[in-house]
Amino acid sequence: MADRGFQVARLPGFATIAIIVFVALYLPIFTLVAYSFNASTSLAIWGGFSLDWYAKAWDNQQVKDATVRSLIIASFAAVISTTVATMAALGTTRRRAFKGQTLIYVMINQPLMVPEIVTAVALMIVFGLVKVWLTSVGMGGLTTGLGYLILAHSAFCIPFAYLPIRARLEGMDLTLETAAADLYATPWQTFRRVTLPLLAPGMIAGAMLAFVISLDDVVITEFVKSGGQDTLPTYMLGQMRRQLTPEINAVSTMLLGLTVVLLTAFFLLTRKKT
Amino acid sequence: MSPAEDRAIKTSARNGWLLSTPALAVLIFAASGPLLIVLVYSFLTPGQHGNVVWDFSTDGWVGILWSQDIFTGEWALADAHLAIFWRSLWLSLMTTAFTFLVGFPTAWFIATRPPKERALWLFLITIPFWTNLLIRTYAINEVLRKEGLMNTVLLGLGITDTPVEVLYTQTAIFIGMTYVYLPLMVLPLFAAIDRFDMKLLEAGYDLYASRMQVLRRIILPIVKPGIIAGSILVFVPSLGAYVTPRVLGGGKQMMIGNFIELQFLQGKNWPLGAALSMLLLIIVMAALLVYVRYANKGSSHG
Amino acid sequence: MKRLLSATALLMATTGLASAEGVLQLYNWGNYTSPELLAKFEAETGIKVTVTDYDSNDVALAKIEAGGAGFDLVVPSANYVTIFADKGLTVPLDLARLPSHANIAPEWKDVAWDPGRTNSIPWQWGTVGIAVDTAVYSGDINTSAVWLEVPDELKGKINVVPEMTDIVSLATLYYGGEPCSEDLEVLKKVRDGLLAAKPNWIAMDYGATEKMSNKDWAASVNWNGSTMRIRENLPTVVYGYPKEGYTLWMDSVMLLKDAQNVDEAYAFMDFILKPENAALISNFAKYANGVAGSEPFMDPAMATAPEVVIPEEHKANGVFLPVCSEKSREYMTAIWTELQK
Repeated sequence: MADRGFQVARLPGFATIAIIVFVALYLPIFTLVAYSFNASTSLAIWGGFSLDWYAKAWDNQQVKDATVRSLIIASFAAVISTTVATMAALGTTRRRAFKGQTLIYVMINQPLMVPEIVTAVALMIVFGLVKVWLTSVGMGGLTTGLGYLILAHSAFCIPFAYLPIRARLEGMDLTLETAAADLYATPWQTFRRVTLPLLAPGMIAGAMLAFVISLDDVVITEFVKSGGQDTLPTYMLGQMRRQLTPEINAVSTMLLGLTVVLLTAFFLLTRKKT
Repeated sequence: MSPAEDRAIKTSARNGWLLSTPALAVLIFAASGPLLIVLVYSFLTPGQHGNVVWDFSTDGWVGILWSQDIFTGEWALADAHLAIFWRSLWLSLMTTAFTFLVGFPTAWFIATRPPKERALWLFLITIPFWTNLLIRTYAINEVLRKEGLMNTVLLGLGITDTPVEVLYTQTAIFIGMTYVYLPLMVLPLFAAIDRFDMKLLEAGYDLYASRMQVLRRIILPIVKPGIIAGSILVFVPSLGAYVTPRVLGGGKQMMIGNFIELQFLQGKNWPLGAALSMLLLIIVMAALLVYVRYANKGSSHG
Repeated sequence: MKRLLSATALLMATTGLASAEGVLQLYNWGNYTSPELLAKFEAETGIKVTVTDYDSNDVALAKIEAGGAGFDLVVPSANYVTIFADKGLTVPLDLARLPSHANIAPEWKDVAWDPGRTNSIPWQWGTVGIAVDTAVYSGDINTSAVWLEVPDELKGKINVVPEMTDIVSLATLYYGGEPCSEDLEVLKKVRDGLLAAKPNWIAMDYGATEKMSNKDWAASVNWNGSTMRIRENLPTVVYGYPKEGYTLWMDSVMLLKDAQNVDEAYAFMDFILKPENAALISNFAKYANGVAGSEPFMDPAMATAPEVVIPEEHKANGVFLPVCSEKSREYMTAIWTELQK
């Protein structure tokens, strides 16, 4: 009884709202990007096209330091979180459910559930205690350094790395590994030469997700950082409360560009090949 | 079960634990463990200029709702605190409701595109999701300013004569949070609608149902798990929002997240800050429990 | 517990970046350090200075008290210099390592909050008053009534900078008390007055320099140097000196106890005690400095600016914030916390 004119899935007005939503989502971002090319100092009046702000941002030592720091932390955090998440994924899937597995699952996903401000405050307190203790036993030199930030970032990146890896593991075909075993491969050989390569796209996807998440973090970094340890987002937060020039727009656009590149790669990697 | 099978199961469990240990170690150090310390801190006494004195006290928790008048010393209900809680709750609920109202049509739209197009639309909705929160908040700040895009359009179209000053109000925070958390509502809704069997719609129309009825009585109940998931994903972060109210609220419109921060800075009341953090956590956990309960109920129907 | 902490420490050690040679961590007010000064310092000494911003004395104190912040120098206001020193967060200065110490201007050499200047050296000093865009409000701006009993034109347009001691002191002066008052009658009026005025403020935030230049705010309780910079962008802005009393402040540089770059810190402190360098600091933020002989190097506009050179008729109303007693500080904090909610 198919009436060609009557589309079953069409609900009136929905498409209009959807299009408006997409426009509304992107308009502020486009405006931000557009004004990064603004020649005038004002953030409202267009003064002509110019790449000055990018040059200024590029010259700005603080921006460069913050960017390098963000990239270092994100890289370390991505590697650490992906490694431990892979191991955890292997440990919690494709085996008979064991006692305490739910607990592990809850703990791994905990950073997703706890509001960032709570974690930030908690880490500030704990790391503060550690640093005070270190100073009191004469190891004051260990109170600075990016280790604290890397640890904090690794922790909240774990669930983001874990989920794609676990999804990939669960979708993997067991027969290949069984075949390897049949061919007298040891468990370790099977793992190294069959499982790992098959798992690789999931691991890369997880690592990239972790990288982006770490790169974007503001709240936790803001509370945990010590002297002179601004990351790009915390630098921007500081600037937003003072120096409102299109330089922020330029920095934002560059960060946005990096995120888009990484996301596109992620999408291409995880696209199901039909 | 034979002893050999028994052993195999035990080894499998042990391996499971061993493999999970590194992840758990990192999390205990930098996620779960610190939360326990916050709980401990909520029962201590505030130090003179911040930090804590290791004396047991329930003042941190009492201070959530009651405060002592500095001049008379009497304890009274802290109106100011309640105002902040109410504001946070109200804004979060409004944000959740509004993101659902506009998010549902959007998710429906994406889910009903031809498969080839669908990946592109999904990609388009994902980019803002992954864009730095700060960038998005700043972008909205630019739009809402007195000389920003919104006012330029309003003045240009003649809808208003003078610029509408929205910044530094609750409305600004509401707009900001809606903008920031919208993708979080759309994605789970899309996932649920994606699994929805369109043939059910056909059946509904065959039975002479109107579009409204189809929407209300067929679609919504079935995608309910998606609605709940999306609502949780928006409600939880908005309740604990920190950056958005700080940038758009001008220091006067505090939400719980900012209020917590204040206790660790000028407020010089770490135990109160710790207690508030725990409270926020409890509310969030409760919301999640509601979700789990509903999700389980939904799946039992099959 | 100890083993847990040492394991953590080991992790930190393996991933921490070693502090490079010739670095200095300066913790200072936002928008307050001249990039020219830092460039000149690096050119002369090879030491790279990293500046971290803070917006208020309280934030700085909280962060440093929490421990492990990693800063070498901090620049608190006068009344906080005493707090930092009393709490042992900073160390007395070894004057032998500061040959330029003698350059400190005579009027700033022996101050109540740091006799003989053994704990701190001057950075900049100024006043807190009211910056008003006279295009929006043309009435009397030399009174705290502008922000405590907000006139209609400014309702919902005036900002109050969230600097506790200044705001509470200004309000105390307005209601007839003395700063650091312990008089409960006066304090109650202060508390009630502040709470009543708050709904008429648009915000309690920093960044007046930008936000008034942008016209996001029409007025603000603000620092004088910042107001001069606003006036350079928006000529209709005038700086008001409240006749009930306005506050005078001085920010000074202190050496933190857990500073890791002590040599570099002394090099920097000696550097800024030289007149030509002190002038660089002043020219950037538009505040006067405490080093004798720096006038020839300063921006000539500052010599005649009403924000920097206090007009004769207002001179008597300035009050330098003294060091308050423990009790009065408690009252101030309590009032402030209530106000902030």
